[in-house]
Amino acid sequence: MDTPSSFRQPGQKKRGKASKGGGGGSRPQLFEDTSNSQPVPPPQGYGMNYGQPQYGYDPSGGYPPQQGQYPGQQFFQDPMASMAMQYGTTLADQGKDYVHKNLEKYVATSKLKYYFAVDTAYVGKKLGLLIFPYTHSDWSIQYNQDDPIAPRYEINAPDLYIPVMAFVTYILVAGVVMGTQARFTPEQLGIQASTALVWMIIELLATLFSLYIMNLNANLNYTDCLAYSGYKFVGMIFSLLAGLAFQGTGYYIALLWFGAALSFFIVRTLRPKVLPHATNDDGYTKGTKRSLYLIISVALAQPVLMWWLTSHIMFGRLF
Amino acid sequence: MAFGLYSLLEAAILCLNAICILHEERFLAKIGWGTSQAGFGEDPGVKAQILHLVRSIRTVMRIPLIGINVAVIALKLVFG
Repeated sequence: MDTPSSFRQPGQKKRGKASKGGGGGSRPQLFEDTSNSQPVPPPQGYGMNYGQPQYGYDPSGGYPPQQGQYPGQQFFQDPMASMAMQYGTTLADQGKDYVHKNLEKYVATSKLKYYFAVDTAYVGKKLGLLIFPYTHSDWSIQYNQDDPIAPRYEINAPDLYIPVMAFVTYILVAGVVMGTQARFTPEQLGIQASTALVWMIIELLATLFSLYIMNLNANLNYTDCLAYSGYKFVGMIFSLLAGLAFQGTGYYIALLWFGAALSFFIVRTLRPKVLPHATNDDGYTKGTKRSLYLIISVALAQPVLMWWLTSHIMFGRLF
Repeated sequence: MAFGLYSLLEAAILCLNAICILHEERFLAKIGWGTSQAGFGEDPGVKAQILHLVRSIRTVMRIPLIGINVAVIALKLVFG
């Protein structure tokens, strides 16, 4: 008795509850279906309808509700209504595709997946690189036919996973630090989050503006810039934690260390991306100088922003 | 500073307004920032890029800014 019942389980499950009620009607029930808790036997009229399909799915609609009675149950047995439901489902799917396609034009959601293709080893190595970049020698990125390969396989590629996680952690650590200073309220979390977000947006706009102004032929799209700006949150977290443990001195030491490390990291990372390559360039000396200025200003902006966004958490409001 | 996203939006609208009200003949030509002075070289240079950006912002954002300004003024009148 076990094998036949388990074999027929997928088809039987949907009919089991109804045929229990219509079991006294047209067809015999081969096993006692104890899978449902509160079977309410439908009136005989409904039972007759449900009894017809023996095996396989009920053709009159996707999932006819089988538990309990509610006034709409007759609705699903009506072929017109079920057709309307199927049409509605198709329409919903089309709407979803339409939204996805249009969203793609503005936010590039499929490209975004590339930035989150990371694994633990990459995250560990990248964090180590952010803390101590001075011993790393090879900063170039391998390309796979014009697309950089996924961060999982290439440690020098930018990703958005670390910046997003670091941003959230920074908000939480800021909350903890403010809690130790007895000035934490839940609104502060929102305020800190929006402030940090606004400064990130300002920095992103400034970077993109300078890239456009200086007419640099860099293959840096805005998600890359967002990734590079987001790496500073790692340093900020460690500075806040050091300040928590060792008061002001620890905070400043950690800030100096991570500021220097991040500037070095940014300079080394942006150099292969922004500087014009010697092969397809015929003496753009102005271009090299401009891109060098850009890299240096971006690298110097990082410690300044790190200080600006953390000092008012450590030491109360400065303004 | 305790910024919010709304202050960023306000600042952006104000900056765009500032860029859009620079008049081509009366002002920009006088200080040498007119479009006749900006050439189209292979290497446009920083000044030419900035002027190009100013002109594009003016062309694109003039009409939408009218609507946005009206909306912001109405909101500020109602909600303060």
